[in-house]
Amino acid sequence: MEKVIHVQGLSVTIDDTNILSDLSFSAFKGEVTVIIGGSGSGKTTLLRHLLGLNPIEQGYVYVLDRDISGLSEEEMQVMYHQMGVFYQDGALMTSMTVGENVAMPLIHQSNLPKALVNDVVMMKLGLVNLKDARDLYPSQLSGGMLKRVALARAIAMDPPLLFCDEPGAGLDPVSLKSLDHLILNLKDLLGISIVLITHEVSSIIRVADRIVFLDKGKVIFEGKLKEALSSEIQELRDFFSVLRSEHAK
Amino acid sequence: MKPVNRNRERNILETQNTSCRFENNILFITGQLKVNDAGDLVKAVLKELRLLNLTEFTINLEGLDDIDSAGVTSLFYIKRKLSAKIPDISIEGGNEAVKKKIELFSSDTSIEDKADSDFEITEAVGRGTYTFFTSYLYGFLLLAADTLYWAVADLFRTKTTREGEFVNQSVNIGVNAALIIIVMSFAIGFVMAVQSAQYLREFGADIYIVDLIVIGIMSQMGPLIAGVLIAGRSGSSIAAEVATMRVTAELDALKTMGLNPVRYVVVPKLYASLFTIPLLIILSNVSGIAGGATAAYSSLNVTPEIFINRMESVMQNKDLLTAFVKSQVYAAIIVLTGSFYGFRVEKGAEGVGKVTTQAVVVSISLVILADSLMAVIFY
Repeated sequence: MEKVIHVQGLSVTIDDTNILSDLSFSAFKGEVTVIIGGSGSGKTTLLRHLLGLNPIEQGYVYVLDRDISGLSEEEMQVMYHQMGVFYQDGALMTSMTVGENVAMPLIHQSNLPKALVNDVVMMKLGLVNLKDARDLYPSQLSGGMLKRVALARAIAMDPPLLFCDEPGAGLDPVSLKSLDHLILNLKDLLGISIVLITHEVSSIIRVADRIVFLDKGKVIFEGKLKEALSSEIQELRDFFSVLRSEHAK
Repeated sequence: MKPVNRNRERNILETQNTSCRFENNILFITGQLKVNDAGDLVKAVLKELRLLNLTEFTINLEGLDDIDSAGVTSLFYIKRKLSAKIPDISIEGGNEAVKKKIELFSSDTSIEDKADSDFEITEAVGRGTYTFFTSYLYGFLLLAADTLYWAVADLFRTKTTREGEFVNQSVNIGVNAALIIIVMSFAIGFVMAVQSAQYLREFGADIYIVDLIVIGIMSQMGPLIAGVLIAGRSGSSIAAEVATMRVTAELDALKTMGLNPVRYVVVPKLYASLFTIPLLIILSNVSGIAGGATAAYSSLNVTPEIFINRMESVMQNKDLLTAFVKSQVYAAIIVLTGSFYGFRVEKGAEGVGKVTTQAVVVSISLVILADSLMAVIFY
């Protein structure tokens, strides 16, 4: 299977503390790879390195077959055309309307004329069922709607690779389920590969094809969801059982 | 213009990924049609077909390997743009993946143009007037009435606000503004005297510099300088504070804790302003006169003794009363305008900046208008 992400021997040390230690894993084309782990396990640091936001000092990170550790800022900008990022709180520009937010990558990363940008924006908003929200501002939207707008912006350029950082954080179970189905639909329809960080066990079970489990900056499990659920690794068992019991409450 | 017959085979677009050929009313698109080429395709096709007089037009995708959402949107955009001119337009061909994506991305993306109205300007004026009265004036008067009610009702009740709030607000609005008011008033008093000195000397009316400075500063410039500076400084601060509280849901939190936001947030500011602005105006007057006296001494040799003696005969109790009334009016204008715009904030971070600017502009304008009105009344 074609790899969309390949991390090899990535180590990150901040103030003499090892945040990530000799970390290696892969994510594959057309799959949803879910990175899980407790707080402080290094998920956010790993995501920042995958996105090229932090310099890679030790190890290699290949994204869509390119080693991003050696890329200049300009080359990284080109890479971003192929990567969509769905931030935890949406990270929408509060001073812009929903339509303007979704149009941003199209305006800045393509040479589409304005009329065509408007059409693409409407189409993307249609995909997330928010056509009527084009002229609203983020402050006028509910939490679930904000997430859907953030998703529409993340897929505005039809990126082959989508990163989602805690997409379900702060959502009620119904909205979370709906968002998960939306992500899965878009994956199937657009053929996007997805790397997702989440704590929501229901979400993990719904969307994950592959699990990467981080503990204290190391990958202690990498494999299919089914294997993860039946794994004998104590930390992984604890993780799923704690989350399951919290959900059961 | 007579249509040009250019309906022959010609390449109209050739990029790294996309080729586009027009032949016998058919547009053949080959390669890949993705976001980087979609814009060029639209421009090229619309330019090519602009002068042709066609009755039917087909977009053939047989040679197209891949397409993305922007590509699909561009095809439907072309179709929509040409539909008024060419009655029969069709999109045909394409492999399974291309057909699937066309089906997925072909939802109606057009944005309805607003119908032109003959009454657009009249409507806008009407709507603007209606909004001014119903939203701005009515809202402002409601806030003023609410604030006045609670200001009177809470006059001798201290439990309704945070302990020490009156002192905090007095320091913010009054003490912290003192230095800038002293410096500015001194400078303006000095300049007024310097500029008048030359003309007074020509007429041998040197001593009247005292009359000019004292009357000018006491009755007009002193209160006005203080009012404008406080409107700019404290008006913006009040608007930004209230707006931020609204954006971060602090005002909602107050409500849900059973506290009236006007009573808790606005009234202490009004008390502090009513108390400190008269003192600031006195500071402004003293400083302005001191500036004028300094200039009178340096330009016309009017010594401080002469200045003070003359000043005693020029000064009127009415000026003090006028300054006090002005201070109370300015206090109400600045606090109410800042709070009113703060409560109206929308759209998050940008909104805070926007209402702050509006509050400052309106506060300063209202202070100047009120000053002019009172100058006429108390003349």
